[in-house]
Amino acid sequence: MQAVNSFDEPQANARGEQQQYLTFRQGEETFALPILVTKEILEFPALTSVPLMAPCVRGVLNLRGQVVPVVDLAARFGRPPAAVTRRTCVVIVEIGSEDTRLDIGVVVDSVSQVIDIPADQIEPPPSFGTRLRLDFIKGMGKVDGQFVLVLDAEHVLSVEEIATLGTVTGEAA
Amino acid sequence: MDLYPAIQMFLAESRELLEQMEDALLRLEADPHDRDLLDAIFRAAHTIKGSAGVFGYDPVVHFTHGVESVLDRLRDGEFALTPTLSALLLRCGDHMGALVEACTASETPPTELISVSETLAAELAAATGDTQADETAARSPAEAETTAGPARWRIELEFGSEVLRNGMDPLSFLRYLETLGTVRDVRTSIARLPRWSDLDPEACALDVELLFEGDVPLATIDGVFDFVRDDCAIRITPAEHPDAETLAAIADYPAQAPRLGEILVGSQAVSDDTLRAALAAQSAQAEAGAPPRPLGEILVAEGATSPAVVEAALERQGQIKQQKGQESRLIRVDADKLDQLITLVGELVIAGSGINAKAQRAGLADIVESAETLARLVEGVRDSALGLRMVQIGPTFQRFQRVVRDVSRELGKDIELEITGGDTELDKSVVERIGDPLMHLVRNAMDHGIETPAARAAAGKPARARLRLHACHDSGSIVIDVADDGAGLNTEKIRAKAIERGLLAAGATPSEHEIHQMIFAAGFSTADAVSNLSGRGVGMDVVRSNIEALRGTIELESRAGLGTRVRIRLPLTLAIIDGFLVGLGNARYVLPLDVVEECLELSPAERLAVGKQGFLNVRGEPLPMLRLREVFQLGEADWRRENVVVVRFGALKAGIVVDELLGELQTVIKPLGKLFAFLPGISGSTILGTGEVALILDVPGLVKRADPPRGQSLATAQSALS
Repeated sequence: MQAVNSFDEPQANARGEQQQYLTFRQGEETFALPILVTKEILEFPALTSVPLMAPCVRGVLNLRGQVVPVVDLAARFGRPPAAVTRRTCVVIVEIGSEDTRLDIGVVVDSVSQVIDIPADQIEPPPSFGTRLRLDFIKGMGKVDGQFVLVLDAEHVLSVEEIATLGTVTGEAA
Repeated sequence: MDLYPAIQMFLAESRELLEQMEDALLRLEADPHDRDLLDAIFRAAHTIKGSAGVFGYDPVVHFTHGVESVLDRLRDGEFALTPTLSALLLRCGDHMGALVEACTASETPPTELISVSETLAAELAAATGDTQADETAARSPAEAETTAGPARWRIELEFGSEVLRNGMDPLSFLRYLETLGTVRDVRTSIARLPRWSDLDPEACALDVELLFEGDVPLATIDGVFDFVRDDCAIRITPAEHPDAETLAAIADYPAQAPRLGEILVGSQAVSDDTLRAALAAQSAQAEAGAPPRPLGEILVAEGATSPAVVEAALERQGQIKQQKGQESRLIRVDADKLDQLITLVGELVIAGSGINAKAQRAGLADIVESAETLARLVEGVRDSALGLRMVQIGPTFQRFQRVVRDVSRELGKDIELEITGGDTELDKSVVERIGDPLMHLVRNAMDHGIETPAARAAAGKPARARLRLHACHDSGSIVIDVADDGAGLNTEKIRAKAIERGLLAAGATPSEHEIHQMIFAAGFSTADAVSNLSGRGVGMDVVRSNIEALRGTIELESRAGLGTRVRIRLPLTLAIIDGFLVGLGNARYVLPLDVVEECLELSPAERLAVGKQGFLNVRGEPLPMLRLREVFQLGEADWRRENVVVVRFGALKAGIVVDELLGELQTVIKPLGKLFAFLPGISGSTILGTGEVALILDVPGLVKRADPPRGQSLATAQSALS
């Protein structure tokens, strides 16, 4: 899948040294996404729910005239949907390449900070123990002795997969 | 200089001209003696050649030139338009199109194209040569040669007396002229020669009249005498008056210079100098107080040209003036600019309804009034902006004349294409994308639907089959029919095939209509043999998905032995619609206003009835009901009341049960994206004045679901009512 490359490329461009990540908390863990794929962070906005979609699709929002789908990260990980608090945010993530570029909002419990993680400080994910699907995780970054889970946005937000997760598909209705 | 816009313009113009040319050729087949059509074809080829020359697209110029000469000879009545020649010319037209596209796309067109050029040119030569032999056998070969040969000019030279003294030798000019062509005839006039006693050997008194033949433009010939221009009177005129070629050149004179003199010089009827002299004479007369004579009259009086030529030029001048009048009413606009305008108008619509909503909430009567005025204006702007994108479907239909003609010959069938409703307008982007599906349908109808003349005769039908393309407006959508009077679908064959493909259970008893729709399933073909045209089973399902991508629907009706009709329904536009807002709890949904027939309030008793039977008695008719809450699995609300929006799509009517009716609004359709591609019942989204996103309901999809299976359930509904 060529889309995965969009993650590797920036690293290479940064002369293999380090890359910036946006970290955020969801449930008990801290996650990270490359800053290059995150477009903006919104306070939890008014959402329009879309019927018959998988529980992880919270709805759609109006991003300055553009209709953007919003995915609940917790629900996507197979956990109960996140409760909305004062600190709940939507991170707008850009996925896909050239022709298929798409913005998707991701609901997270709270946004933490932007940090540098040197490439050599990112380790491949362990094959078990993270309680998450392996293809969702790009690697484990070490920050101040703590681990952050670097997400693979293309897999976590795979449009094809989410679209077919709906409660009804095609003729079944 | 950036030539890109100019090239795009050339491309668009060429496509248009080629279309006209094709259309004229096809009509010419029916009426081979229509002079206007021939002229139109010639003009199209001529203009393309000329414009291509400007950009230096030599392959186009070269090939088109050959075509043009054939057309010219056709115009002169040298030979008649035979079906073979007409078919060949059609192919030449296609090739010209291909060359134009190739040349504009890259510097050097692919060599295959050039070799096609050569083949076609050879075929043209062969075709015209043959017909010429048949029909012009009586004409002498020499005569035929002169028509196509180089131009002949009569050159009258009155060398001034000072020429020799200035070191010019009249003979040298004649010698130089020989390098440009052939001097056929020289006549020397010694009328100016004085008596021997008065003879000045250094003064030139020779007048020479030459008949010159050469394939060079007038300006070149004129240029030969540049050195002696001041001392001499030079007059160059076409040798044969009135020259047919000059007249043709006048008739084709490009429409930019509506001045008589310019037309005459531009079409090489008179030389620049002759014109200048005539103009000088004209102004001299005016200065002398005499009423100025018309330029044409002066030229004729001086013998520079013939009355016939002047007349032709005057006529062309009139035409150009008239054309100017028509052209100024059309403006070519970049499609991107239009799209940008539509997008902006879309935003304006959203902003406008936002103001309206806020004004109403604030309860400020005067602002509400202003907002309403504004809304009305915005609506007008919206309609005009969308109107800019509307084009008639006629040209798209006309393209099929050619297809039907070619394919019916290939198949050995006699098929007449009937086009109605060509003036129906729809969005340009829809028109652009409807061509391919229509092509499939038309070919399918010709290949499978229409029988051979023999089979038709056996069935007691006229040998000439009819294929009909029809367009009209119907309740906010465009309806396009492709109908034939062929054999109709073979229901049994389709059923067998459907069972074989596993699309239908062996024991199932679907209605005939339902079986017919199965040909839209993927990979379905009942053709016994795969033909060149269709039968590979890649047709109908592609057609259906293309139409559905345009938010349209497709339906087929067929009667055995009588024919088949495929009906396509398309939305008028893709961008902005009038909508009707309904509420379901807190969620807002929009129905396209075009499909909304009426709204009803459900009484508690009726709610019960709907829940039990799934339909409602509306003025004696059973109306199938669809509870949106159930469809979208939203659970039951503690809402006290429910309302029904009665929608109609085509022949289908249904009631959609919602909580609240919130009224009309203008909406800009925003695509929902791939993530929601499989979502049934929803076709898009829109942004409300409040900034909230509302979902647009896919009424055709919903109505189909509400429609009870034909036959038994409608019957039970009927009996339950009575």
